[in-house]
Amino acid sequence: MSETTYAIRLRVNGVAYDLDVPARRLLSDALRHDLGLTGTHVGCEHGVCGACTVLLDGEPARSCLTLAVSVDGQEVTTVEGLTGSDGELGPVQQAFKDCHGLQCGFCTPGFLTTITAGLRDNPDPTRDDAREMVAGNLCRCTGYQNIVAAVLRAAELTRSTSPGDGAL
Amino acid sequence: MTTKLFGDPIPRVEDDRLLRGDGQYLDDLGNDALEVAMVRSPHAHARIVDIDVDAALDVDGLVAIYTWDDLDGPMAEPLPLLIPHPTLTHARTPYALAKDEVNHVGEAIAMVVATDRYVAEDAAGRISVTYDPLPPVVGIAAARAATDLVHADVPGNVAARMRQSNGDADAAIEAAPHRLSLDLDIERSASTPLEGRGVLARWDTESGRLRVWSSTQTSTGLRAAIAARLQLDLGQVDVIVPDVGGGFGVKIVHPWPEEVLVAMAARALGRPVKFTEDRREHFIAAAHERGQAHHVEVGFDDEGRMLGLSVRFWHDNGAYIPYGLIVPIVTSTQLLGPYKPGAYTVEFESLYTNTVLVTPYRGAGRVHAAFVMERTVDAIAAELGLDRTVVREANFIQPDEMPYDHGLMFQDGKPLRYDSGDFPASLDKLKKLVGWDEFAAYRDEARAEGRRVGIGLACYVEGTGVGPYEGGHVHIETSGRVKVATGLTTQGQGHQTVFAQIVADELGVPFEDVEVVTGDTRRFPYAVGTFASRAAVMSGSAVALAARRARAKALRIAADALEASEDDLEIVDGIVRVRGAPESQIALGTVAVLSNPLRYAFDEASKAATQFAVGDPTKPPVPEGDEPGLEGRDYYSPNQSTFANGMHAAVVETDPDTAEIRILRYCVVHDCGPMINPRIVEGQIHGGVGQGVGGALYERMAYDEYGQLLNASFMDFLMPYVTEVPEAIEIDHLETPSPLNPLGIKGLGEAGIIPSSAVFAAAIENAEGFPIRSMPISPSELFALRREFGRDGA
Repeated sequence: MSETTYAIRLRVNGVAYDLDVPARRLLSDALRHDLGLTGTHVGCEHGVCGACTVLLDGEPARSCLTLAVSVDGQEVTTVEGLTGSDGELGPVQQAFKDCHGLQCGFCTPGFLTTITAGLRDNPDPTRDDAREMVAGNLCRCTGYQNIVAAVLRAAELTRSTSPGDGAL
Repeated sequence: MTTKLFGDPIPRVEDDRLLRGDGQYLDDLGNDALEVAMVRSPHAHARIVDIDVDAALDVDGLVAIYTWDDLDGPMAEPLPLLIPHPTLTHARTPYALAKDEVNHVGEAIAMVVATDRYVAEDAAGRISVTYDPLPPVVGIAAARAATDLVHADVPGNVAARMRQSNGDADAAIEAAPHRLSLDLDIERSASTPLEGRGVLARWDTESGRLRVWSSTQTSTGLRAAIAARLQLDLGQVDVIVPDVGGGFGVKIVHPWPEEVLVAMAARALGRPVKFTEDRREHFIAAAHERGQAHHVEVGFDDEGRMLGLSVRFWHDNGAYIPYGLIVPIVTSTQLLGPYKPGAYTVEFESLYTNTVLVTPYRGAGRVHAAFVMERTVDAIAAELGLDRTVVREANFIQPDEMPYDHGLMFQDGKPLRYDSGDFPASLDKLKKLVGWDEFAAYRDEARAEGRRVGIGLACYVEGTGVGPYEGGHVHIETSGRVKVATGLTTQGQGHQTVFAQIVADELGVPFEDVEVVTGDTRRFPYAVGTFASRAAVMSGSAVALAARRARAKALRIAADALEASEDDLEIVDGIVRVRGAPESQIALGTVAVLSNPLRYAFDEASKAATQFAVGDPTKPPVPEGDEPGLEGRDYYSPNQSTFANGMHAAVVETDPDTAEIRILRYCVVHDCGPMINPRIVEGQIHGGVGQGVGGALYERMAYDEYGQLLNASFMDFLMPYVTEVPEAIEIDHLETPSPLNPLGIKGLGEAGIIPSSAVFAAAIENAEGFPIRSMPISPSELFALRREFGRDGA
């Protein structure tokens, strides 16, 4: 007996996709395995590590705890959508590169999406704000020092980017 | 001149791809593959009475189910003992699928292959296993008591008993003016990389070849293991390591049951098969480390000099011991740190328990070693009323005693002989960095405000760059681009960047022209793996030597082409030219064309080469002893490990009411020799310190008496977030070069984590005024200790 599937439409990084998915299909699996957007990673499957964080209508959400059918019609932003329209790294991505904010890179996409939303809400974070902004994501490699530095650097880069430019 | 790249903190070449989401981790591959779910034991110790798969058979999308009965030949044998040792008299390793007994919760019993993981889990859930439970052995005390046995044929649960000594420690302790004995414990923790294990295999029926991708720390080891298990020729198996989402030791174990089973199923089914471990599986079916109990006897003089040191310890190796005795041997040797006790004896027992197997985790035995030694030195200082740094200075090996031979055998079977280091200089730097001499005044001020602060320090020496060897291959293409391959693997260390820095310097080519591949047996089939802080030392040296060979050949051919002497040539930005006469030049790409006497011309480089004539017309086009192509291949195989060292200090504040522990400062002085890329060095230290905070204050494997792991999730196993790590990590470097390799470098991958338990125990002890002898320590445990020592009044 095969599973019942449901037709949904996802807008991911500005592109519309029509999918037929079982009710239990996780958004993380739909993005990774149905759409081939493997930049979103799955680290714990219970919402703690934050590697799978995507933006749902602009707000950070754990795609490993989200059923794909529940986001029918919503706009999803993944790490692949943070790159500028000209193919350049977006400001948060560039800041991670400048500050050595990643090592193995597995947790990084979740940090990038989280910080993108965080800087939209608070474009001029203090160091404490920067720590708070990334306090829901786990990284096993960096000891977070350079991730905090990258948040501040990203804020600087974002401020110097003209409005309407880049991924924000 | 080309700028020297060695020592330049350039950004990593890896980053662009990873930041765009274009990384290729294991589960990003093989979207067409069948997927695997395992049936795992819910019991810590049981006999398997029956496995009933009938209910699973009508699950739509099920492709195959395997149990031990379906395995044959070498697949049905226990997995290999990777590192035998004469003292490992009772080695037991698991079967790929449990045969008739399970020895820990999580042990694999059946493998389900289905169209996707959802379906595979559906089917796995319908497989019914009947067990006859046996009494579980959990924890070191139960293992030592041996009332129950993990393996019926292993008396006393003892896998190995090993003793090493240098001098008569017992007599020295007996004769010493002062004596102390201490019991010191470290609990279990684990690597827990953000990406778990994973393996993908494709069998190509037409060519009869197996291609395997695995999230592993050794491509060549896994290749040999799979070939042996599946009875394939080595030449039929390729292993490719894609991007790996962290390793920290756990992924050096090979072959995992899933690695050989997935490869077997891919061949049997003629379809690609993939296993992606989930987080709970990683907790109960991968590997742990750390759990050890130690008893120390030490005798010392009035200055705190250790005259005799005797250490006995008990190592919990879990249910099986596939990786041998590396961890306890490292503890027993690296325990000596920067010190030279008059006489030293160490003896350990490695014990089976019905828990997840134990294999090296970043620090690998050294975290425990530093904890034991540094706590001992602090206890001596407390006993004599001396400053803790003064007692350390009294025991240091001095720089003029290098190389210093401890008279013991290290984990690689070679002498424990330090090659370099200046411990007094390092301590001096650390004291200045943390403000050691000014701390007493600060503490008094804090006390006056009702605050409890404390300072601690800890030293360590880390054997890095263990052999036997690594190799490198450097190929200068006719485009002038340089392709570098080395066999060991990468899990985020930035090898593509640092090896390219080394090769670009050696060859005199732009950094951007160098491309490095690691962990692909098709590109470099001879290698050992990435562990023990060895990659930079081993493969860094190997690619440097390989580049020197390619350079020598380039200069020989260029000298011929330019009618100049080799001694007068230099290579700048990929151009070989005559010093002082730069108009006389030839591009390395053109040299590459000349190195290969072809009949046919393919490209512009070939045309450009026609203006030059090389070779002796009286000899064959490829003279005897020469080879076509502009390549260099070489190996670095040292006689012994190189020893890095460091010292850390921490200032903590403990809450008088809640016993919460706050880190106020964290300082590191580190000596890994000359730094290839200081930015990457500091990143490695940051990461190690962060992981060390976890190990010292938060992380433990909470097994209950039944062998159930109660905290097998990131909800309950408390890995530090940014909120738990120090706000700043202050770092100073000392760079004493190693005489053992061409670049003078020493390893650093594990450095940040090694002294953490020791340094936090010391700082908390200093704040609280009673001894801390067991780590990790939680606020609740600190609170309980306050009551025990009558210090619970704020």
